[in-house]
Amino acid sequence: MDVLSTKDKALLLGNEAIVRGAIEAGIDVATTYPGTPSSEIADTFSKIARYYKSKGQEPGFYFQYSTNEKVAVEVAAAAAVSGLRALTCMKHVGLNVASDAFMTYMYVGCKGGHIIVTADDPSCHSSQNEQDNRYYAKFGNAPMLEPSNPHEAKEMVIEAFEISEELSLPILFRMTTRTSHIRGPVELGKINLKKKRGKFEKNPLMVTVPEVARKLHPVLLEKMERAERISEKSKFNFVEELGDKTGIITSGAPYNYVKEVVQELGIKCRILKLGMTNPMPRKMCIDFLKECDRVIVVEELEPFLEEQLKAMAYEEGIDTKIYGKGYGELSRLYEYDMDIVESTLRKFFGLKEKKEIKEPSVHAPPRPPVMCPGCPHRATYYAIKQVAPEGTIYPTDIGCYTLGKAPPLEMADFLLCMGSNVGTACGFSYATDQKVISFMGDSTFFHAGLPGIVNAVHHNHDCVIAVLDNRTTAMTGHQPHPGTEYDGMGNEAIMLKVEDVVKGLGVQHIEVVNPNNLKKTMEAFKRALNYKGTSVVVSKAPCALILPKSVTEGSFEIDQEKCTKCNVCIEKFGCPAFYRDGDQIKIDETLCNGCGVCTQVCEANAIRRRKK
Amino acid sequence: MKRRLIFAGVGGQGVLTEANILAKAFLAAGEKALTSEVHGMAQRGGSVVCTVCAGDVHSPLIADGSADAIISMEPVEALRYIKKLKEDGIVITDINPVIPPNVSLGESTYPDLGEVFNELSSRSKLIKIDALDIAKRAGNAITKNIVMLGALAGINILVIDKEKILQVVRENVPDKYVEMNERAFDMGYEAVKKFID
Repeated sequence: MDVLSTKDKALLLGNEAIVRGAIEAGIDVATTYPGTPSSEIADTFSKIARYYKSKGQEPGFYFQYSTNEKVAVEVAAAAAVSGLRALTCMKHVGLNVASDAFMTYMYVGCKGGHIIVTADDPSCHSSQNEQDNRYYAKFGNAPMLEPSNPHEAKEMVIEAFEISEELSLPILFRMTTRTSHIRGPVELGKINLKKKRGKFEKNPLMVTVPEVARKLHPVLLEKMERAERISEKSKFNFVEELGDKTGIITSGAPYNYVKEVVQELGIKCRILKLGMTNPMPRKMCIDFLKECDRVIVVEELEPFLEEQLKAMAYEEGIDTKIYGKGYGELSRLYEYDMDIVESTLRKFFGLKEKKEIKEPSVHAPPRPPVMCPGCPHRATYYAIKQVAPEGTIYPTDIGCYTLGKAPPLEMADFLLCMGSNVGTACGFSYATDQKVISFMGDSTFFHAGLPGIVNAVHHNHDCVIAVLDNRTTAMTGHQPHPGTEYDGMGNEAIMLKVEDVVKGLGVQHIEVVNPNNLKKTMEAFKRALNYKGTSVVVSKAPCALILPKSVTEGSFEIDQEKCTKCNVCIEKFGCPAFYRDGDQIKIDETLCNGCGVCTQVCEANAIRRRKK
Repeated sequence: MKRRLIFAGVGGQGVLTEANILAKAFLAAGEKALTSEVHGMAQRGGSVVCTVCAGDVHSPLIADGSADAIISMEPVEALRYIKKLKEDGIVITDINPVIPPNVSLGESTYPDLGEVFNELSSRSKLIKIDALDIAKRAGNAITKNIVMLGALAGINILVIDKEKILQVVRENVPDKYVEMNERAFDMGYEAVKKFID
């Protein structure tokens, strides 16, 4: 495993570099709820724990996939106030879930260092929005660090624990897709893992009743003043003098593009690179602004740095013009890349525009993500489509099943966030006369599904809640959850069954089906639709990608003599292993996962198991 | 020295593995290496691209017109990133199309392969190989990514030793598949020799 390398250098993913930093810094407790682009942080802790376990060794730290991000912060916060070093990682929208704990945790503070990693996703590569979580640092008064590359990420994690302990304040550690998912060389230090026990020392100031909160708020503001002094001296905030008085201020992933463009084009400038971005190093920024004739701020998403710099300039009476959002191609939308930064800097530094490269005259068809061949969700969707009346509303949720939005299934109508399927199903059932079938996965069920189900039952909302239980957290890379037999350390865990939980929640009509049996699944959903009130159908079959090869290897083929070209397999079922070859329909044997559900779809009985 | 390479393909074909092996080989050869990849959403079937930049570089992303080569496991995936290629750049592509489901559904069209190759060769030095067939002959279709990596090594633009890359291949595949992957690499390496001046 590269992250455990004993060499002096290794090629690590940004997310792996965070873990390396944590194990060099003596991490004690790591918690998470997985979410792209953060998932490999937690998965790497999990792999390390299982690796040591397989060698009969104690990992030296505790790791868990918590039920959701809020729980993850709470578990780690308790460890950190007991003096242990903790790290909690999540995707940007995960911090929305954790924000209730996060905001007040800043008042209480910690004893052992605690790093809260948020992995933002500019361009929404795999997210429902592209919110800029740097504002959480301002909102909650959390010191914030933002690395640009894997080596810096590792170094910053080590430093972040020190800062966190110096201030008794958790640190927000902001990654983006292009810092989490880039690989680069990391200089390695010594791994320092040793199991420690914390001690909780009682203190009435840790019980945030109003009287205490009023006392803690000024303490927090005072801590942030100290944090600013740390920021002024931080080695992660620095100026590069490259020959001229025109300035560029940047941080995170855009710094990489700025550096490359400046080097390629031989631009003479000065760069202020900010790694600790909350609080900003005010004096350093002011000095930089004063010594520049003009400045451009290159930051992705919102004008977080730009607005603070403009406020500083105003307060200090500095007339250096500050450019940012709206200049050149600098937008508040989407992630930046080399082309955006190059064209903007060409304009800013008065260089001639780059020669345009012409579009190809032949176009590649779009290739959006699709549900895999053999995916049990496809079977569930197909079965429901056969029995649900026209106009049925399908609220959906965060997970692979959102891919059911695409034709031919088109089984996703409304989506906000984790768990929103049930809450919105309740609303649709009241607001309309349409039938409602909502979808969520097993991991989502435990994360945020339960309160919505309780709400549905208590108010007797007439809706069918389909829990698509594929026995894993599939989309983020197959992590365990409370419904699986093992935990993130590879230890046996108590497996909660969705059907038992919903029974406990008071649901009266519960069915469990194997979606790969289409007929039985159709019947189950027919009964659920006829039931007046809240019903739950647990559609249970493992994700095709976690099944052993012995199960998925048997590929299917089409008997061309029997095939009537009715096209149901392609136009209604939509398994991506099917394709047209001239006037024949065929199954790509390298794609087929051998589920065989298509044999139930084909009325001509033309699909058969391929002979080995 | 700077090298900027784009690895393209379809989810499940092993694009990320292929790119990572090369990046590690650069590092082992004493060069700085950066990669960029996007994970998530579909585990299988979506368009996948991964960049590898090596040498005196800062950005893992590649500007239009500056990639030295595109190594693609599927013909239209090479086309998708062709704007990134520099003027005298090289495209190595497998010739076997993977038809996206939206094409089967009639929502978009997969262009005529001849036209795809014409467009590619009008903008690059195009090297087409039947990597799928080579991979099957090496032992398993799954080794196609290693065939492509061997082909890249075969065109002599990497300034790292073939043996260095092969060593990283060995370290990154399960023990029982080492021989098969070595074979795949060598067969890819040999397959492009006839294209070299």
